[in-house]
Amino acid sequence: MSTLAVVAVLVVSLATLGVGAIGLRISRTTSDFYVASRAVGPALNASAISGEYLSAASFLGVAGLVLLRGVDMLWYPVGWTAGYVLLLIFVAAPLRRSRAYTLPDFAEFRVESLVARRVSSALVVLIGVFYLVPQFQGAGLTLRALTGAPTWVGAVVVALVVLANVVSGGMRSITIAQAFQYWLKLLALLLPLAFMLAHWHRHGGPTGRLHTVDWVEPMQGAHAPYLVYSLILATFLGTMGLPHVAVRFYTNRDGRAARRTTVAVLAMLSAFYLLPTLYGVLGRVFASDLVTSGRSDTVVLELPRRIFDGAAGDLLTALLCAGAFAAFLSTSSGLVVSVGGVIGQDLLGRRFDGVTAFRLAGVLAALATLVLTLLSSGLAVAHAVELAFAVAASTFCPLLLLGIWWRGLTAAGAVAGMVVGGALSVTAVVSVMVGETPGGWAGAVFAQPALCTVPLAFATMVGVSLATRSRLPVHLGRTMVRLHAPEDLELDRGSYHPEAAHRPG
Amino acid sequence: MSDERPVRVRVTGPRTGHVRRASIASEIDAQSVVGEIYMRSLIRSQLKLALGVVLLLALSVGSLPLLFELSPAVRRAHLLGVPVPWLVLGIGVYPVLIALAWFYVRRAERNEAAFNDMVGGGRE
Repeated sequence: MSTLAVVAVLVVSLATLGVGAIGLRISRTTSDFYVASRAVGPALNASAISGEYLSAASFLGVAGLVLLRGVDMLWYPVGWTAGYVLLLIFVAAPLRRSRAYTLPDFAEFRVESLVARRVSSALVVLIGVFYLVPQFQGAGLTLRALTGAPTWVGAVVVALVVLANVVSGGMRSITIAQAFQYWLKLLALLLPLAFMLAHWHRHGGPTGRLHTVDWVEPMQGAHAPYLVYSLILATFLGTMGLPHVAVRFYTNRDGRAARRTTVAVLAMLSAFYLLPTLYGVLGRVFASDLVTSGRSDTVVLELPRRIFDGAAGDLLTALLCAGAFAAFLSTSSGLVVSVGGVIGQDLLGRRFDGVTAFRLAGVLAALATLVLTLLSSGLAVAHAVELAFAVAASTFCPLLLLGIWWRGLTAAGAVAGMVVGGALSVTAVVSVMVGETPGGWAGAVFAQPALCTVPLAFATMVGVSLATRSRLPVHLGRTMVRLHAPEDLELDRGSYHPEAAHRPG
Repeated sequence: MSDERPVRVRVTGPRTGHVRRASIASEIDAQSVVGEIYMRSLIRSQLKLALGVVLLLALSVGSLPLLFELSPAVRRAHLLGVPVPWLVLGIGVYPVLIALAWFYVRRAERNEAAFNDMVGGGRE
C-alpha cells in the first residue's frame, strides 16, 4: 500500500543490522562490552537509557489508550517517568557502586546466595519476555496498518531482525546507537504532530467527541481509584527492577554520575511524553472510528493520512513508521541482550562457551517471545508493557529497596519475597494475557495486580528475614560500605567482582 | 657485664603510614564500632532524605487521583479552555518530577561531601 513507509521500515531494520555489524568489529568479546563503555558521560548515557526505554508502549500504546479511555490513561507516561525519581533516590548510586552488572549479580552480591541468584535469573527472563511480547505485537500492528498483512508478519519480521543480530553476534547495546534512537523517536513524533496541529488550528475539525464525560473527566468507570493507584504503584516502583534499565547504569563512571544521568533521563522522558497525549486527542477528533473497530493502538500511524492527502500524508506516515520500528528494535535489542546474557550465563554457561551460550540464549528468548505473542489475546500494547512493570515492582523492587537500605535482609527472606511476589503477579499477568480473567472486583485485581502483590512481597521479605535473622550475610558490613560510601574515599569494599562471573567469551 | 644490658629501641619507620591512616577510614576498614557508627550515620542521612522526597512526591503527584475523586469541581475545572486534569497530568506533573530529582541530587551530594570531609579529612 504505502511503499514509502515500507521503505522506511526496511531502512531502519537494515540500519540496525548495520550498526550491529560495526559494533561487532568494535566490541568483539563480552568483556569488552561490559568494561569498555564504563566511562560514558551523563548526557550521552541519558540519551541511550531513554532511547532503549521508550518502547512500542510509549510510541504507539499511550496514544492508543488515551484515544480509547481518556485522561486516566495519562498516568501511564507519568508513572513511567516518575519511576526514575524512585530509581534515583533509592537505587541509582548504590546500584552503580555495587558494581553488579545485572540484577542477579546484585542479588548474589548482597545476600550471598546462589539460590537468590537463580531465582533472580528466572525473573529476569520472565519480565524480559513479558516486555518483549508487546514489542513484537506493536510491530505486527504497524505492518498491518501499512500493508494490510496479518499481524503475525510484523512479529516475525522483528524476531528475524533480532535473531540475525544475535546470531551475527552484533547486537550489543551500543551506547551511541541507543542514544541516536532517542532523538529519532522524538523527532519522528514531533514533526508530524507539528504539521497536524497547524492543520487543526487552521481548518478545525469535529470536536464534539472531546466532550464526552467519561473520556474527558478523570476517575471514571468501575473501581477507578483502585485501578489508578495500582497502576501508579506498578510504574513508580517497577522501573528500578527492569533488567535492561539496571544494566545501563553500569556504564556510568561512578555513583555521582549515575544520579546525574538519571536526572537527565527524567528531562528527556518528560519532553517525549508531552507528545503521545496530543496524538490521542487528535485521534479523538479525526480518527474516532478506530475505537469501535478495536484498532486504537495504530492511531499514531493512521493520523497523518486521515488529515493530509497524497505525498504529505505518505511522507509523515513513513517518518512515524521509521520511529515506531526504531522503538521496537531498540527496546527488543536491550531486552534480548539482558535476557540472553542471563540465560547464557546461569543456565547454559556450563555446557557451552561464552559466545555460543549467549547466541543460543538470544535465539531461545526471541523464539519464546514469538510463540507467546502469537498466543496472546491482543491486549492493548501499553497495558501489556505495564504488566511487566507490575512483576518487576513485586519482585526486584523489594529486593533492591530492602537490600540497599535494610541490614536485616537475609537470603531466605529475599528468595521467599521474590517467589511470593513473582508467583502472584505472574499468575495475574498470564491470565490477563490469554484473556482468562474473572469479572467484578477480582477482575480489577487481575488487571492491575500491583496494589495487592507489592505489599505482600515486601511483607514476606521482611517477615522471613526477621525469622532467619541469625543468618545474615557474612560480608554485610563491607557490602554496606561498598553500596553507600562515595568512590573517592579509599576504603576496603570487599572482593566481589561480577566481571569474574561474566567471563570474556 | 652490667654495661651490656639490652638497649631500648623505639620502633618507628614503616609504621608511620599506618599512624597517619589512624583515621575514621581505618575504623571503617576494620569494621570497628566507631566505623560502623559513621557508616550508619551516612546511610541514615541518605535514607531520611530519600523518604522526605517520597513524601513530597506522594503529597504532590500521588494525591492527585484522590483529589480528582473527591472534588467534582476540580474534575471539571477548565483553564484557558483546557480541562485542568489534562493540563496537570499532561504537562504540569513533569516539571515537578524534575525539580524533586534535582533537589534530591543536590542534597545527596551535600551529605556525601560532609561524609568525605569527616572520613577523608584525617587522611593527610
